[in-house]
Amino acid sequence: MAITATKGQTGLTGNSAVAYAMKQINPDVCAAYPITPSTQIVEDFSGYVADGEVTTELITVESEHSAMSACIGAAAAGARVMTATSSQGLALMWEMLYIASGMRLPIVLANVNRALSSPINIHCDHSDSMGARDSGWVQLYSETVQEAYDNVFMAVRIAEHKDVLLPAMVCLDGFITSHAIENISLIEDQEVRQFIGSYNAKASLLDTDKAPTFGAMTLPDTYIEFKRQQSEAMTRAKGAAIEVMKDFGKRFGREYGLFETYRLEDAEAAIVVLNSAAGTTKVAVDALRKEGKKVGLLRPRLFRPFPWQEIAGALKGCKAITVLDRADSMNAFGGPVFSEVRSALYDLDPRPRVMNRIYGLGGRDYKVKDAVEVFNEALKAAETGRVETLVKYITL
Amino acid sequence: MVEKKEYPLGGVIPKGGTAHDYSTGGWRKLRPVVDLDKCTSCLICWVMCPDSAVVTEEGKMAGFDLEHCKGCGICAAECPDKVKAIKMVEEAE
Repeated sequence: MAITATKGQTGLTGNSAVAYAMKQINPDVCAAYPITPSTQIVEDFSGYVADGEVTTELITVESEHSAMSACIGAAAAGARVMTATSSQGLALMWEMLYIASGMRLPIVLANVNRALSSPINIHCDHSDSMGARDSGWVQLYSETVQEAYDNVFMAVRIAEHKDVLLPAMVCLDGFITSHAIENISLIEDQEVRQFIGSYNAKASLLDTDKAPTFGAMTLPDTYIEFKRQQSEAMTRAKGAAIEVMKDFGKRFGREYGLFETYRLEDAEAAIVVLNSAAGTTKVAVDALRKEGKKVGLLRPRLFRPFPWQEIAGALKGCKAITVLDRADSMNAFGGPVFSEVRSALYDLDPRPRVMNRIYGLGGRDYKVKDAVEVFNEALKAAETGRVETLVKYITL
Repeated sequence: MVEKKEYPLGGVIPKGGTAHDYSTGGWRKLRPVVDLDKCTSCLICWVMCPDSAVVTEEGKMAGFDLEHCKGCGICAAECPDKVKAIKMVEEAE
């Protein structure tokens, strides 16, 4: 598909924007298996391959397990590698996700968030990428098409950063972002090339002179050292992300941080929420602010590594915080974002009240009225200092 | 404690042939013993040994590399019926 931009602006769906970013990056290898709602990424990209607009080796595989396995093989050979998936596809990649991160291969994956079966559902929630949150991948979340497009370039830089060398996942909401057309600004191909630079792997399977071995066995005498090494790389990924986002802002004028805050400075009650639901929440913030209610929003962008000190610093002025989770940890204690945000706030003095609301599973709409209800409940907790219900489902 | 910097990134072994430096002979329960008077040096054992632990000298069977032989017994099983020059004996004996 030929994309024409007027003054650098064009209307694209989230999927087409991600595919276009991949075209501009022109990775050495892409191994992918299409799955709703990320299908269009692979479909568009295979068009670019067929039309000779990229030099990428596109490997069409029989499953997502094979897709990630092929990505790992290619990355071990020293290639810059990208792929895309959703939901069951990410689930099928599971064991290979850990191998990609453990082998320190900076593969970039676009995950279009979709609910996990069962019951089967093709619509948005975050149970897929939240399940992969401990797989050692850097995770970036995106509210809009523009942000998803921009995050793809930043993910490449963060993943390949010399202090990091970990795979990275860009998450965007299925259908809500992946299929909605937004007017976005494209970056010139030349500028993309300058921003991402070239990738030079430290070791390559194809180096027959040195004949290195990848994926060797480690026993109790070495395994933990490799895991510590990986953990330290994830710790450093925060600094790398800040550096990359800063450089991105300087070059292209769009400023990004570890998270976004919206009218949070003097807020008494706040919502913490990922991805597209933040847009809806901002409308509710504006409406309630007009009524003189002090409410605000924090939207994490970098979820892995989890910038807990910065998040605690941004939320320390709030009396009550409601974390919205589009996934349930099924631990009878709420969702994953809640557990981590609440833990991050534990050392604050005074410690804010923190509640969890599970919303929008399987693509259920989250509306402005839902956000207003959540804010009103949080404002009540801010006033009384008491939480009536710690965890509950909303948008039912 | 070994310093961190000695651990290559992602567990990559940066050069080839390092299996030779790792002794696996200690895993062995049964040890192959060859009777060189019976042995015809057909070298079927040399072909079949999964650990390249059959040692030859000038094209003739010379014994075993016990640093790497894991005692699987393939050599003894593959030694032709008319020859049967290799026996597996308990390491404990």
